[in-house]
Amino acid sequence: MDEQLTFTYTISGDDFTRAGEASSAIKNKLKLLGVNASAIRKVAIAMYEGEINMVIHANGGEITVTISDSEIKIVLADVGPGISDISKAMQEGYSTAPEEVRSLGFGAGMGLPNMKKYSDDFQIESVVGKGTTVTMKVFL
Amino acid sequence: MKLQAVLDLPVCKVLVKGDPKRELSKVFCCDLLSIAMGRAPENGVWVTVMGNKNTLAVAALTDIACIILAEGVALDEGTLRQAENEGIAILATELPVFDMALEVYKAGLS
Repeated sequence: MDEQLTFTYTISGDDFTRAGEASSAIKNKLKLLGVNASAIRKVAIAMYEGEINMVIHANGGEITVTISDSEIKIVLADVGPGISDISKAMQEGYSTAPEEVRSLGFGAGMGLPNMKKYSDDFQIESVVGKGTTVTMKVFL
Repeated sequence: MKLQAVLDLPVCKVLVKGDPKRELSKVFCCDLLSIAMGRAPENGVWVTVMGNKNTLAVAALTDIACIILAEGVALDEGTLRQAENEGIAILATELPVFDMALEVYKAGLS
């Protein structure tokens, strides 16, 4: 059986400038573990987009990253407002981000599409009023 | 081409030196962090007018070697210190984004 490493991060919902700290921490850990550079880049991008989404839309949440010999699994769980139309949210350019977020250079409707693009397996479940859980895998 | 060649450009002021020996890949222009996140090239030189803490976070996560802030845009001290820790060079210029990228191109980086 694979040896697994699990890391959990609580993402604060009110501090946009701190979004990215968990992704940075994971990136550094993967570097130390000797994971190949292209897998690290995919994980860093996909997870950072997830972090940003949690801060913008869901007032924070929790990220669990599990690293095994064969894959890196990232589970992003929030208890935010949920997504009513997932297929629309998955379209590049579709965004419900507020103006102040756009003025910082985000909210262009690229978050979920980038998360899907940079992960090898992407699952999203959302219930309006309950929250959203995204599970992404990058295979090694 | 090495980062040193960009640090030597007279049109830029060096705010954080990074690793002058780092080998560069290409020059990249983008102000929308959402796009940069997916497209910024590893070891690239990124010319932008978006100067905030998230710019550095995107650069760090995409392995950008150097950020050039165009149009006189500035970054706060805390973010500059963070850039030092991350080993990312930060330069500033009064030039517009295209003109600055052209200078990097003329120095030998496409």
